[in-house]
Amino acid sequence: MKLDNNENALLQGLARNDKRAIESIYKDNYNLIQALVINNNGNSEDAKDIFQEAMIVLFEKVRSGDVTLNCQVRTFIYSVSRRLWLKRLMTMNRFQVAEGHEEMVSVDEEMEEHEKRNNDFLIMEKAMGGLGEPCKSLLEAFYLQKKSMQDIASGFGYTNPENAKNQKYKCLMRLKKLFFSQYKNESP
Amino acid sequence: MIEDIKILEAVERYISGQMSPDERVYFEQLRKTNPDIDQMVVEHTFFLQQMNRFDETRKLKNNLAETHIHLSEKGLIRSPRLKGKAKVIYLYNRYKKVSAIAASIAGITALTFSALVWSVSPEKTANKSDIVNLSRDIQSISQKVGEIEKKSQEMDEKITQVTTPATDLPIQYKSGGTGFLVDAKGYIVTSEHVIQNARNIAVQAFNGPDLPATVVFRDAARDIAILKITDKNFKSPGTIPYHIRRSGADIAEPIFTLGFPRNDIVYGEGYLSAKTGYRGDTLTCQITVPANRGNSGSPILNFNGEVIGILSGKQSNAEGAVFAIHSKYIVNAINELQKDSAHQLIKLPSASQLKNAERQQQVKKIESFVYMVKVD
Repeated sequence: MKLDNNENALLQGLARNDKRAIESIYKDNYNLIQALVINNNGNSEDAKDIFQEAMIVLFEKVRSGDVTLNCQVRTFIYSVSRRLWLKRLMTMNRFQVAEGHEEMVSVDEEMEEHEKRNNDFLIMEKAMGGLGEPCKSLLEAFYLQKKSMQDIASGFGYTNPENAKNQKYKCLMRLKKLFFSQYKNESP
Repeated sequence: MIEDIKILEAVERYISGQMSPDERVYFEQLRKTNPDIDQMVVEHTFFLQQMNRFDETRKLKNNLAETHIHLSEKGLIRSPRLKGKAKVIYLYNRYKKVSAIAASIAGITALTFSALVWSVSPEKTANKSDIVNLSRDIQSISQKVGEIEKKSQEMDEKITQVTTPATDLPIQYKSGGTGFLVDAKGYIVTSEHVIQNARNIAVQAFNGPDLPATVVFRDAARDIAILKITDKNFKSPGTIPYHIRRSGADIAEPIFTLGFPRNDIVYGEGYLSAKTGYRGDTLTCQITVPANRGNSGSPILNFNGEVIGILSGKQSNAEGAVFAIHSKYIVNAINELQKDSAHQLIKLPSASQLKNAERQQQVKKIESFVYMVKVD
């Protein structure tokens, strides 16, 4: 099925983390997923979790440069959500999700990739969480908000950029240590 | 360490493409000859990628969470709206900017206004009388406010006049003791006043042994208590056949009840006579059904086998006026109780199995789920 221009624009918006695109995709697809989850032993809170995770899977797909979705956004989100919900049900020892009339596509690759990325995310989240302040803010300011060492030094109250640089180096080493100790344990 | 910092800085400049062409050629040469440097570049590139991905996903998650709240508040998706504190926080975040702008506009207006007044006022000394008028207005307003207060005081007095005799009236809700299972794991609903001053509580199914129970939830205002059977010998009598109705009932709806006004289970039949209880109390409804001491806490069921209320008491100076707490408060009480981690698995019976059954069959199925509550 060919994507229309509108859907393409939405996906590009999603890849940029654009709020309006996210809202539009959310609005058009959420009810479908909520119905799927609620009709299969879930509640609206579960539906929210599943839908948002499916959105993350879609984000990962378009972010990795793969903007050419070979199906409609709706079909992709539905297929992913169904897989995610089935997985959740399996952990609760239930194995069935009733067949719907929605079109589906194979999302095996995406699910595998997502599992890995989700794992990476959790490791980084834990490492960041274990880092403490001011290290966390310092590294975020430099690496994520791309602030200059000069700004950071004045913002964090270091006497000069050299001191800030030393501190940043120590913090980075600690974060790396925290991250890789987990990462190497969990990945083969 | 200074060396290490310098190397890291070089690696970062290399990765981000900030090196001049000459420097870059030199660094690439170094990378080829020095495996440690090469390893560092690979590792650091990977690590920065991980950090960026983490940041992007975190931003997306925040965006998704905000979008969800926003869309459900606007009713654009069918998800339950926020309540209480969460809503206040949402509204605060949403209107923070707007209110800041509003505040600054208000500030500017006030400044301009006072400036205007200041520039105008020296010339217009005649305005004084206006000011007096104004203040008199204010006085008359405050007089009016005073009058209103007086009136509301009078009303308060009237209300107390209305209520005081009420306390003198000999309304004695007769207490007793019946309860019924709402979860086959041993959760029993009864009236709060039954167990109000209890030291020890035991429940007994018809012809069964005494089973010790403890109070796990009580709400005196709504006259609802939930007991949990603590006795190890308690065996669940099976799936609960009735359903707890969440919505209200209709006037004239036929009802029946089972309770323990004496040492035997007693059946009573009647109808819902008013949607509200004593003096228009919306917590309860009025039913017409034989009720005696010991019936408090009895389930009130309609003919579909849905529990529509808990019998709570009767008006002693009126014939046949019996009151029952609406069943939706059972649901509310269970929801409250679920918040406690020890009881979060409590689950209300999902569907009535009594629809279209003969009354005798219905009673037969229900009677093993109704308990006598004994209090010392």
